[in-house]
Amino acid sequence: MQRHHRLFSAMRLRGLIRKESLQIIRDPSSIGIAFFLPVLLLLIFGYGVSLDARDIAIALVVDSPDPLTTSLVSGFQRSEYFAPVSIPSIQEAEEAMMRRRVDAIVWLREGFSRDLLARGGAPVGVIVNGVDANKARLIEGYIGGVWQQWLARISDARGLDLQVPVRVKYRIWFNPAVRSRDYLVPGLIAVIMTLIGAMLTSMVVAREWERGTMEALMVTPVSIYEILLGKIIPYFILGMGGMALSVSMAIFLFAVPLQGSLTALFAASALFMLTTIAMGLFISTVADSQFVAGQMAIVVTFLPAFILSGFIFDIGSMPALIQGVTRIVPATYFVAILQSIFLAGDIWSIFFVNCAWLAVMCAVLLVIIRKKSHKRLR
Amino acid sequence: MAATGVTDTVLRLADVSKSFRVGNRTVKALDRVSLRVRPGMVTGLIGPDGAGKTTLMRLLAGLLHPDSGRVEVLGLDAGREHLAVQAILGYMPQRFGLYEELSVQENLDLYADLQGVPAAARPARYSELMQMTGLAPFTGRLAGRLSGGMKQKLGLACTLIKPPRLLVLDEPTVGVDPVSRRELWQIVYGQVESEGMSVLLSTAYLDEAERCQEVVLMHEGVLLGQDRPQRFSDRLAGHCFLVHGERENRRRLQERLSRSRGVIDAIIVGDRVRLVTEEAMDEAAVQERFGAAGSPLSATRVAPRFEDTFIYLLRQRLRQSGRDSAARIIRPARVSSAGGEEVIVVRDLERRFGTFRAVKNLSFTVRRGEIFGLLGANGAGKSTTFRMLCGLLPASGGTLRVAGRDLHTARSRARARIGYMAQKFSLYGGMTVLQNLRFFGSAYSLTGRRRKERIRWVLESFELEPLRNVVSETLPLGFKQRLALAAALMHEPEILFLDEPTSGVDPLARREFWRHINALAEAGVTVLVTTHFMEEAEYCDRLVIMAQGEVLASGEPEQLKRDAAGRGLAEPTMEDAFIALISSHEQREAA
Repeated sequence: MQRHHRLFSAMRLRGLIRKESLQIIRDPSSIGIAFFLPVLLLLIFGYGVSLDARDIAIALVVDSPDPLTTSLVSGFQRSEYFAPVSIPSIQEAEEAMMRRRVDAIVWLREGFSRDLLARGGAPVGVIVNGVDANKARLIEGYIGGVWQQWLARISDARGLDLQVPVRVKYRIWFNPAVRSRDYLVPGLIAVIMTLIGAMLTSMVVAREWERGTMEALMVTPVSIYEILLGKIIPYFILGMGGMALSVSMAIFLFAVPLQGSLTALFAASALFMLTTIAMGLFISTVADSQFVAGQMAIVVTFLPAFILSGFIFDIGSMPALIQGVTRIVPATYFVAILQSIFLAGDIWSIFFVNCAWLAVMCAVLLVIIRKKSHKRLR
Repeated sequence: MAATGVTDTVLRLADVSKSFRVGNRTVKALDRVSLRVRPGMVTGLIGPDGAGKTTLMRLLAGLLHPDSGRVEVLGLDAGREHLAVQAILGYMPQRFGLYEELSVQENLDLYADLQGVPAAARPARYSELMQMTGLAPFTGRLAGRLSGGMKQKLGLACTLIKPPRLLVLDEPTVGVDPVSRRELWQIVYGQVESEGMSVLLSTAYLDEAERCQEVVLMHEGVLLGQDRPQRFSDRLAGHCFLVHGERENRRRLQERLSRSRGVIDAIIVGDRVRLVTEEAMDEAAVQERFGAAGSPLSATRVAPRFEDTFIYLLRQRLRQSGRDSAARIIRPARVSSAGGEEVIVVRDLERRFGTFRAVKNLSFTVRRGEIFGLLGANGAGKSTTFRMLCGLLPASGGTLRVAGRDLHTARSRARARIGYMAQKFSLYGGMTVLQNLRFFGSAYSLTGRRRKERIRWVLESFELEPLRNVVSETLPLGFKQRLALAAALMHEPEILFLDEPTSGVDPLARREFWRHINALAEAGVTVLVTTHFMEEAEYCDRLVIMAQGEVLASGEPEQLKRDAAGRGLAEPTMEDAFIALISSHEQREAA
């Protein structure tokens, strides 16, 4: 009577994978999460969100115009950071600041040229709108930059010995164009993949519980390994498709340079994809409705990936406790890998250390899932 | 292993118990159940919701572990050797998991893969199953686009893809139209005859018990008995009569008989009352004993039905546990005296969802004080019609008037004249009985002393007083439904809408519910009710039978039965009428 029962059969696994693929193809929401959402997020972040300040509206107030002040004004006009407007009096300029028409005022007072030439230095009045502290600091720096360049040029041209505070020569490594997009977009790819892997996987498992299909599956000779693999394989392929799309958009649409190799990128992505799918399956062992699964996926995986992975906010400047928390967010490791591969190249020390962490997390999750999954009803 | 032990038993439960925790309460789903199922026949597992049928089936499919006792399927321990059991068992859960995005063929392929059916054997098996279920023309259709009956047949085909030795079906006929129901039974019997398959099938429809070769009766996790259905029925031979009141209408007669001593059951069947007495007696004795002064009655002895014995056993069990309170019936205040006036008027009503016409050319009128029924299977358009009448959904075409207005555009004062009881328990599960009643009283703008009075009235009439501080979601189903009715009656509506009010409750609770409804109708309340229970149609004064959004017939129950199925049948049932209507409708469609 007792029959030998195999835990693995290629026919059963093939059947499950084919079923899952047909569901993916026919259900617009899976395709939406895997392809539409990445495109949408990348477009929003690629075009909409920028941490750079450009074309800042500033008011230039010159109490007594002369050739010297005109050359400083044209220095501001030539800068790509500023869109200056000349305003005759400081009162009007302050008024414009109050109405948020300008973010800063540069005020050259009566006697500016005379003092500069006679005493070798003259004060410049700078007022910056400090509501957005980050932007204010950028504006302050940019104004200082224009001022210094102008001073240096004037002193060289006229052979004067002007007080140029310090002569600084900048070289920016790894992101020479200093475009925030170049590091935001790779980080975003990690966030998108978290969403595809965790949310999609946990929701499709919950859907099987909701619709009663899981109960029908459970009473067939299918083994729990086949059920799990039947979910992992199709969503891995789908997720890697979403990944490929995101990388292509990053390179071809947003012109983010890819310094490292595609092989390294692929290897790290595959490992991370598997980890996020494992997170999704883990959520689905607890959540039995699509609603709960979706909410949990957002709170437990998406938001941490967004906030704590170092994708936007620098981990080094977080409090120690929060820094500890970032260590258990898989996206943290993947963001580090992605940013190094895109901006610096294949840095193997970074690559292997972070991949090792990902592999450990993935393995732990898979073991827990195996322990918690039974062919039993809850 | 002894050779004899295997051949005469396909399934054995020995002293099996299983409990679940619901909130902070423990519910005994199965209480020391022992039974044996014999091979090569159809065994019915009969009982209302909450009897423990699904738990029992999940135990033997190895999906649950018993707390104590032993479950043996074909000689295997279902708990320890569940993979081996699952390889030889065919189990169709209540909501069979069809993948709706997959076509009929793709669903079959999936289950053939999972059951390990070799590719060479598939074409023959597929065509056999498709022919048997009548699904052959629809193999390319997505499962989600099939009708309820077709889905159920596809589910059965998937379960049968590799002929199992034991087929376990959990309520396969629930909500399915009578024609598909009949077909499902034919398929099941076909398997028993051709493959020698053993079948365990659960159902809450008592009339289906008579189609089983052996019946296991369950109630609240306890086994009430196991026998051939005929033997169950025979116990009450000589106890059953059809009674006609000479001067009493059927509702008053039923109410009087229900309260009489020595009566097990009294239900309305057409224009007569079906009476089951405690003692066997002859017709003259019935007429003498139950005919009241001034209202004589005529009685005809009829054959007992399975349901009679079930009611008898349930009453006995309740009496033993001291719960047989001959339920008090509400005494509603009279809402109107003048009868005959048309309260609900529906003309050429239509509702479209995209290109799909859920309701088409629907016309009927309901007079004051009538009980009017909409009868049909799931998906016939009953609930859509209902939502339009209640003003929850705008109509796409036609006119409808409830108490002279279209409730969709009428102001709340017009709505205050109707009471509505939704299909699903729609009270606040987290609040107590009293809190729910207070809330619904306020929602219907009852305040102060008036609200207090009404709450006192419903608590007393529905015997909810002892339960006033119980959290609603922990109430048993029958009480929930009583509470829902109570809430709908708080503001003394003139018109009452009931959407599938008794689905899932046990037959005793259903009887009690209908006695309340009868009392309301006697007091002049107009009642509109939807149901897919054929026997409930008997309680209606008039009804329409619906299928696919259309009215197939309308009229009084007696007349419908006679018109549709009269020829050849001595005592046609509502189901016979329904099937005759559906098939003549299909013939017309085909022509």
